[in-house]
Amino acid sequence: MADSKDFTAGIDSNAKKSPRRIVFITRRTSAQVKADTENQIQTFPEVLFRAAVAIQMLAIALVWVALVFNAPLEGLADPSHTPNPAKAPWYFLGLQEMLHYFPPVVAGVLVPGLVVMALIVIPYFKVNIEADGLFLKHRQQRLRIFYLVAIALSVFLLFFKVYAALVPTLIMAGMMLLAAQSSPQSPSAFRRYLAARPLSYWVMTWFLFELVVLTAIGTFFRGPGWSWIWPWQWS
Amino acid sequence: MAKTVDQYFDDLRGTRVWRSIFRSGTGSSTLKRALAIQQNVFLHLFSTKVRTRMLGFSATWYLGTLTLGTFLILVATGIPLMLYYHPSAPQAYADTKDLQFVVSSGLFLRNLHRWSAHCMVFLVFAHMFKVFYRGAYRAPREFNWVIGVILLLMTLLLSYTGYLLPWDQLAYWAITVGSNIASAVPLMGNKIRFLMLGGNAVNANALLRFYVLHCMILPLTAMFFVAIHFWRIRKDGGLYSHASEPATLRANAASSDTTAKEAQ
Repeated sequence: MADSKDFTAGIDSNAKKSPRRIVFITRRTSAQVKADTENQIQTFPEVLFRAAVAIQMLAIALVWVALVFNAPLEGLADPSHTPNPAKAPWYFLGLQEMLHYFPPVVAGVLVPGLVVMALIVIPYFKVNIEADGLFLKHRQQRLRIFYLVAIALSVFLLFFKVYAALVPTLIMAGMMLLAAQSSPQSPSAFRRYLAARPLSYWVMTWFLFELVVLTAIGTFFRGPGWSWIWPWQWS
Repeated sequence: MAKTVDQYFDDLRGTRVWRSIFRSGTGSSTLKRALAIQQNVFLHLFSTKVRTRMLGFSATWYLGTLTLGTFLILVATGIPLMLYYHPSAPQAYADTKDLQFVVSSGLFLRNLHRWSAHCMVFLVFAHMFKVFYRGAYRAPREFNWVIGVILLLMTLLLSYTGYLLPWDQLAYWAITVGSNIASAVPLMGNKIRFLMLGGNAVNANALLRFYVLHCMILPLTAMFFVAIHFWRIRKDGGLYSHASEPATLRANAASSDTTAKEAQ
């Protein structure tokens, strides 16, 4: 035979599903056709109903909060009388805390700008797609890079006396070291979990940790002149 | 035999007037239920079917839905608040005081609006981290993630512009602190702040600008992006469930091939 056929003919046995359907299977491909067989549910009405219930429960909770707690309202705006401390809305207090340590162009422009840029490029960043444990491949090389970055960052934060950001950084570095010493075969479920975390997980978790810590400090632990104050010392 | 509520509803959906408005008719067949989604300009943003597993609480924590919920509450409370509010200094503060003490349910409206706004900022952040940890930003969903980042910024701006409107000390100085950050931008920082505030300091012009942004420009822009955000969920293959991703399916098919060959 000069040229062989590139396919074989077969007949699907499930007459209910595909009556008289002839299947052509090209060479070097799987005969198994993996269809998406997951159970599905209709959006109308089931999913819409669930969404409505979820929103309704949230609304009930918020109405309850609104009935019990009053929104703050202070005196008339007075440009000649600056309150001490003057605080931004809570979601910017992480930034304001950074402003305490760094010049405005760094804390107010560079850092938030880089954060937004980083968030946008996340899905286009190849490393995340792999989703392999950080220290499972090229272990020595990656450990060296990790030590370099962690020490450089810590020294930088120490130099500017940013202890509020240094502590979370050190805790995260400790967790990453633990991850490096853990293997996917470890008897401890927690260490198996750590070992399987990819780089993107560590970076994002560090960011989340810093965000929460800095925002909490700015909100609850800063008094007049941006001095450290314990929550129970508020007059 | 007495009719059930469902039957009354079906009758209603079958009437000529209903069908002239909603296009899809009565009936609970799969087709009719699919049409109820497909034939509606708002609901057609969503897919007609959703994977059952994705409705479990742990899959999404319903954070996106709840964020939409806070947005709806904010629109519903924000419009009545606008009826009692003049964006001029110092009248704005008097109006806010009136809302607290004179207007019926004014205090409740303002409370609900404010707490819902804080809740929305929190939920948007939570939604973002949840999506990240599930890996639901991966192809083909990259751009929907980017739209999500835009919506995060819109939410922050909405909340920030609304913060000034009561025109009290808290509002005034929070916006002063925030707008001083804008002036730190190299070269054109002061120009940006001037554009933002309509002056060199927070004043009546800034209040009017923030009011227009807060009640018109930002909500409309946000709705525009929210529509794309929802529509892209459907176009990108529905709510992300790792097991039904094409790449995972191919990998599973390949691995079951090799096991079949090894067995032979």
